[in-house]
Amino acid sequence: MEKSLDLINARIRDGTARVVTAEEMPGIVDELGEEGALAEVDVVTTGTFGAMCSSGAFFNFGHADPPIRMERVWLNDVEAYAGIAAVDAYLGATQEAESKDRPYGGAHVLEELVAGGTVELRATSHGTDCYPRRSITTQLLLEDMNQAIMVNPRNSYQRYNAASNTTDRTLNTYMGTLLPRCGNVSYSGAGTLSPLANDPGFRVIGGGVPIFLAGGEGMIVGEGTQHSAGGGFGTLMVAGDMKGMRQEFLRAAVMNGYGVTMYVGVGVPIPVLDTGIVRSTAVRDEDILTDVIDYGTPRRDRPSLAKVSYADLRSGSVEIGGETVRTSSLSSYRRARAVATELKDWIERGKMELALPTRRIDMTKRARPMRETAVTPRVRDIMNRQVISITEDEEIRVAAKRLLKDETNHLPVLDENGTLVGIITTYDVSKAVVTDGKLRQVKDIMTRKVIKTTPDEPVDVAARKLEQNNISALPVVDATNRVVGILSAIDLGKLFGGRRRQ
Amino acid sequence: MKLLLTFSRKGRSDPGREPVIARVVKETGVLINVEKANIDSMAGEVLVDVPDADADLVRRRLEEAGVTVRVMENAIARDEAECVDCGACISVCPQEVFSFDEEWRIRVSSERCVLCGKCIQACPHGALSQQG
Repeated sequence: MEKSLDLINARIRDGTARVVTAEEMPGIVDELGEEGALAEVDVVTTGTFGAMCSSGAFFNFGHADPPIRMERVWLNDVEAYAGIAAVDAYLGATQEAESKDRPYGGAHVLEELVAGGTVELRATSHGTDCYPRRSITTQLLLEDMNQAIMVNPRNSYQRYNAASNTTDRTLNTYMGTLLPRCGNVSYSGAGTLSPLANDPGFRVIGGGVPIFLAGGEGMIVGEGTQHSAGGGFGTLMVAGDMKGMRQEFLRAAVMNGYGVTMYVGVGVPIPVLDTGIVRSTAVRDEDILTDVIDYGTPRRDRPSLAKVSYADLRSGSVEIGGETVRTSSLSSYRRARAVATELKDWIERGKMELALPTRRIDMTKRARPMRETAVTPRVRDIMNRQVISITEDEEIRVAAKRLLKDETNHLPVLDENGTLVGIITTYDVSKAVVTDGKLRQVKDIMTRKVIKTTPDEPVDVAARKLEQNNISALPVVDATNRVVGILSAIDLGKLFGGRRRQ
Repeated sequence: MKLLLTFSRKGRSDPGREPVIARVVKETGVLINVEKANIDSMAGEVLVDVPDADADLVRRRLEEAGVTVRVMENAIARDEAECVDCGACISVCPQEVFSFDEEWRIRVSSERCVLCGKCIQACPHGALSQQG
């Protein structure tokens, strides 16, 4: 059996369509079987509510008298992109206010407008014959704008990597606070309710499809930026009129130590046309797998620590290397459910009819990394290969002499095999001298937990280690922990002196 | 019950120079659990947990000794208008103050809080604050 979209829309119009949320669907399929569910259910509503940084809105402010060709535009001190016609601008959610006395950004302005608040528009121009005005400041409500069209380049990820942190310090990331030594796992996504998880083949989700966007009616433009459905990370570009949106489903947020983002509610209605759709909408949290990624690795390709399902993540804890680690969600399941439930209500009341994609989204496409034409400098390019070192059984006096003779401030400490076991600095030696003098050997005063780098590490990453730990040199070790060089703050200066790798 | 004790240590006779907590334990026999202490040369702030039945007695004795005592009934406050029930607070809290109820709403077991402040920073929506 198959069902046509026309039939489903006719049922929506006469109020007889059977609409369920994606959370209810697996149970219905269990009970009635696939054919039974196809006969029973006409529409499955999905929903998600989480941080979606890649969001923003186009505005048309109308013309002032005398008119101005706005070159730079600020809304509540947050700059909007004004390189589009005289009184148009695009405000991005993550753009932050110029005066940084509190975290405030584009998302806050968008929320303020949707909540009915007043926003200050300020714009400047050099003045032209047709647009003589050079500056303007005015107070605007959402209703004062000709258009306020939200266009979010990347929303509604199919699934998202969960995050943890193997380093010894707390990381503040766009995935929230990550405690040291895998102290927690943070994740995002609505699992069984997630729009794209319910149609991973992009059969009925595509360009032109009507959706719920932040409490108002919107539509899917097409694939989102960084869309990578081939790897299970599909995304959507969506648009909608801000004038129909509600604060409940559009909330500014601040990720501590990272910056401003915006929580957006997105829901896609799925017409149940055949048993293929029945099957894909019967997806459960258990079926949706993702990796727990180590955000302690400051690189593009971060290692996976564990493979988990959304059922695991939502249970409150997951296993990583035999340890139980507590999980936190960044997206709100409660509000994702509210999105799906409200969308269901819209369709039951005939407020929204469904449409098939006018433009299909490629389910095989994969996002590529950036093509970098300049070589990123690595530690090996600037490190000092002449390493002056010492062994742990030497007298402190010997260390002091060596530091003096070689005019260095750092001595990596090696064991008999030449592997790194510690480090001492001129400061450590001075401290040993002024205390009671009972400490005799290098091993008594050395720092055993050495912050180090590798020849392959990008210089930017090594420089951040120096800065964060307030130190001035890093031993460079190979895969077997043997010291092959030392990178000091002074070496960083070589980057500006033309001694880069050719 | 949690009590937040604050005292000065500036003067020689200030309560912060005396073993006030130990003295109250000894005199009253009430077992006081110190959950957090931040004491420097000028002042101190100590969060203690005491059995509810003995809280009045302990409070009176400490106040007699010159310590300012505040009962922390809702140590951490959650602004329901700001909270979106995401759960970012859940795993950063060392005391397991936060959890989801059956409806995926955030539940706050405020009595467990030791005022570490981690959740306040971690909340993306600025919905959590320390009482008073």
